[in-house]
Amino acid sequence: MKTLMTLLAGSLTLAATSPALAMSKNEPRFTRVIVDQLEARDSDEGTVMAWEASAWHGGDLNKLYFSTEGERLMDPEHDDEDAGTEGAETRLAWNRAFAPFWDWQLGVRRDWQPDDPNRDWASVGVQGVAPYLFEVDANLFVGEDGLTNLRVEAEYELLLTQKLVLVPEIEANFYGKEDKELGLGNGLTDIEAGLRLRYEIRREIAPYIGVNWEKQYGDTADMTRAVGGKTEQGTLVAGIRFWF
Amino acid sequence: MKTQSQISLPRRRFVQGLALGAAGLGLGLNARQLLASQGHTGAPILTGDTFHLTLGGVDVNITGKTRPATTINGGIPGPTLHWNEGDTITLKVTNLLPETSSIHWHGILLPFQMDGVPGLSFDGIAPGETFTYRFTVKQSGTYWYHSHSGFQEQTGIYGAIVIHPRAPDPHTADRDEVVLLSDWSDEDPEHIYATLKKLSHYYNFNERTVFDTLSDFRNKGVIETLKDRHMWNTMRMSQSDLADVTGYTYTYLMNGQSPANNWTCQFKPGERIRLRFINASAMTFFDIRIPGLDMTVVAMDGQPVKPVDFHECRLGVAETLDVIVAPKADQAYTLFAQSIDRSGFVRGTLTPDAALSAVVPEMDAPPPLGHTEMGMGAMDHQSMDHGSMNKKAMDKDTMNHDHMQHHGMGHGDMTKGGMAHHGTAHADPVPFAVDSNNPDLPPRDSAIEHPASEFGPGVDMRAMAPGDMLSDPGIGLRDRPWKVLTYAHMETLGSTPDNPIDSLQPDREIVLHLTGNMDRYMWSFNGIKFADSVPLELFHHERVRITLVNDTMMTHPIHLHGLWSDLELGDGKLLRKHTITVKPGEKLSYLVRADALGRWAYHCHLLYHMEAGMFREVRVVDGSTSPAAASTPDTQAQGMHGTHNQDHGGHRS
Repeated sequence: MKTLMTLLAGSLTLAATSPALAMSKNEPRFTRVIVDQLEARDSDEGTVMAWEASAWHGGDLNKLYFSTEGERLMDPEHDDEDAGTEGAETRLAWNRAFAPFWDWQLGVRRDWQPDDPNRDWASVGVQGVAPYLFEVDANLFVGEDGLTNLRVEAEYELLLTQKLVLVPEIEANFYGKEDKELGLGNGLTDIEAGLRLRYEIRREIAPYIGVNWEKQYGDTADMTRAVGGKTEQGTLVAGIRFWF
Repeated sequence: MKTQSQISLPRRRFVQGLALGAAGLGLGLNARQLLASQGHTGAPILTGDTFHLTLGGVDVNITGKTRPATTINGGIPGPTLHWNEGDTITLKVTNLLPETSSIHWHGILLPFQMDGVPGLSFDGIAPGETFTYRFTVKQSGTYWYHSHSGFQEQTGIYGAIVIHPRAPDPHTADRDEVVLLSDWSDEDPEHIYATLKKLSHYYNFNERTVFDTLSDFRNKGVIETLKDRHMWNTMRMSQSDLADVTGYTYTYLMNGQSPANNWTCQFKPGERIRLRFINASAMTFFDIRIPGLDMTVVAMDGQPVKPVDFHECRLGVAETLDVIVAPKADQAYTLFAQSIDRSGFVRGTLTPDAALSAVVPEMDAPPPLGHTEMGMGAMDHQSMDHGSMNKKAMDKDTMNHDHMQHHGMGHGDMTKGGMAHHGTAHADPVPFAVDSNNPDLPPRDSAIEHPASEFGPGVDMRAMAPGDMLSDPGIGLRDRPWKVLTYAHMETLGSTPDNPIDSLQPDREIVLHLTGNMDRYMWSFNGIKFADSVPLELFHHERVRITLVNDTMMTHPIHLHGLWSDLELGDGKLLRKHTITVKPGEKLSYLVRADALGRWAYHCHLLYHMEAGMFREVRVVDGSTSPAAASTPDTQAQGMHGTHNQDHGGHRS
């Protein structure tokens, strides 16, 4: 794991070149940063800020990929809860194009939890555009102590007008082994689905509104119930998407 | 969007940087800016045999914002250079830009060291340096020149060249005007390129919406619509991808003037006017017409053609077209050029009275790409060439030919060994060029066959049934009620099947597929981008056929430096060109006489496609040198001789 981290960090330091000459045989590298979701969720615990962002740097075929997502409770409704990050995750991967619409990803992931132990994972996955223009992201994460997590995400962009875009998305997580410390069971743990309507003021900047729905399943749900938690929650969301 | 502001412009004051010079006389503007305002084209005319050109940075204001531009002698376009055929001319080009620059003389036959491509012809012109170009002019007609460094062409380094023929021109005209079309963006071209790499459809605001599908349900029926949608969705291609960079960021210019500024040519009714159209755009195909006026084409890419009347034509990037118009009425006419994707236009006016202008036509609705563009079979008779005068018979004839019969291979049935003769067009089979050291030249059984290099992440589609489309006016022009000029209408003057300008029988055939991945914004030949390519070698004096197959959904203008591209129109007819537009799904061939030694550029003339790697070096080497001379001895054997002895000709399809 450490070796992989070093390797990825090393490739970050590769100098970027600009396309100065038409004849240049040096491949130019580009950097894209996209904050896909930066939103407030109106949850029972209070206002939750959630984010999902990614960045890449590289050429046509090889890119360094970074992503982060997480949630933070902003102003708790109940006195027994503290404001603070509920959970976050960061990923760093080498992204390699292997087919016209598909990339491999090989990397690492770290889950950050304020109270619970952090988790580190190695990841292998594919990302791309499936027929019918579904954006698909599927990853297998292998963690310490034989933990495994399979995550499948799909997203679709439905154009209502050239600037008004409706985006349904769904994400499902499966665990290969119970993680009692984190209250995760074996098998399907949770499904998250969202529907967001964004308006692209420019291509790069789009405020949006939408709904987000999460539900836990199986042993995971049982464990949550056992500690008096909720296993299903739907929220209204409002946020902004931007990239550069 | 820019389109709308262009239409409503007359009420809005558009400050024109180039016009500012004149208004600012005595206001401390420098000499270069003042110079730029001279001449009503915005481009001063320079004549003689010695020219001084200065490349520099100036601020221009084309859209209402002051933006940095790169210019020749301070103007956009640069000066129009008038040369005389036979003269030995000297061009001293001084680079005042902070980066390396260059000037390439587009379509001009010259020693390769004078061709102006950094990395191939020379090292480029370093900041502060002057490079002296000197060569003898061996041709006449309308050409142009531009920077071949980075994206300087996009920001203004281009100008027109008019070469006066030694023999008197048969097409006399009372007036002779250059009409140079270009595309200007306030954005830094580096930023445009980076944007395309990040989100390739960024500039396309004509994408399909849910409501298009609903209206298709009503108009075409649910089943047909779903079938259609299924096809596009499984291919993961956009049906509206006609142009990568559009009127969203571009302001289209005619002789440096925006549509609002309305470039104007004054005439007296009854005069014959020669219009020398030059498409000096970085990325834009223009559909040109003059409502109410017939045009007669007399030359294309500088080379005289048999005159043909027409009403509209699509001019590819880097192509030039000379037409004669003879307005008889005492009225104004609009010179209208809309971009292929209908995201914008530029217009000018031909008028007997400077106060008069004519109605500016509405832009057409953007046409959706169809099966033809998918490469699923080139010809759709139903939608083709309805309005063409006297063309029905010819089209049918052209279209019903088997592809191979167009290549000077006679009308023989290939199953009989291709030995039939027709006129002087010998039907000897032409071997495909094969070179084990060049990934562009693998052994192949047919031109359509896709090489293994096309099956990778850089290629998102391959045409299933590419074919002859020379008489196809192209997407958006097929249903015109008037005549649209195509390559099939033209023919180089003085070339007949019995006595062609050059041999119709090539020694070998090089096949290249035009490839790309729109989503990744990768562009290449055969799925191989320039960075991974090996130079294509031609032997000095050989006659070679280049066959291009367009495996993308975009139209590409392909330009070979230094050598003529003699487009094979079929039946021994040739059209001599320097830049050849290849439509989606099209397969075409042209003959090249490798009569100029040296290193030449060969590329798609869409600037960002070239930058992305749709580019090759072509080396014309001495015939005694095998292509593998620099390699190991055992590969040498597979060089020239091996290539020539391999007979692939019998089973082309």
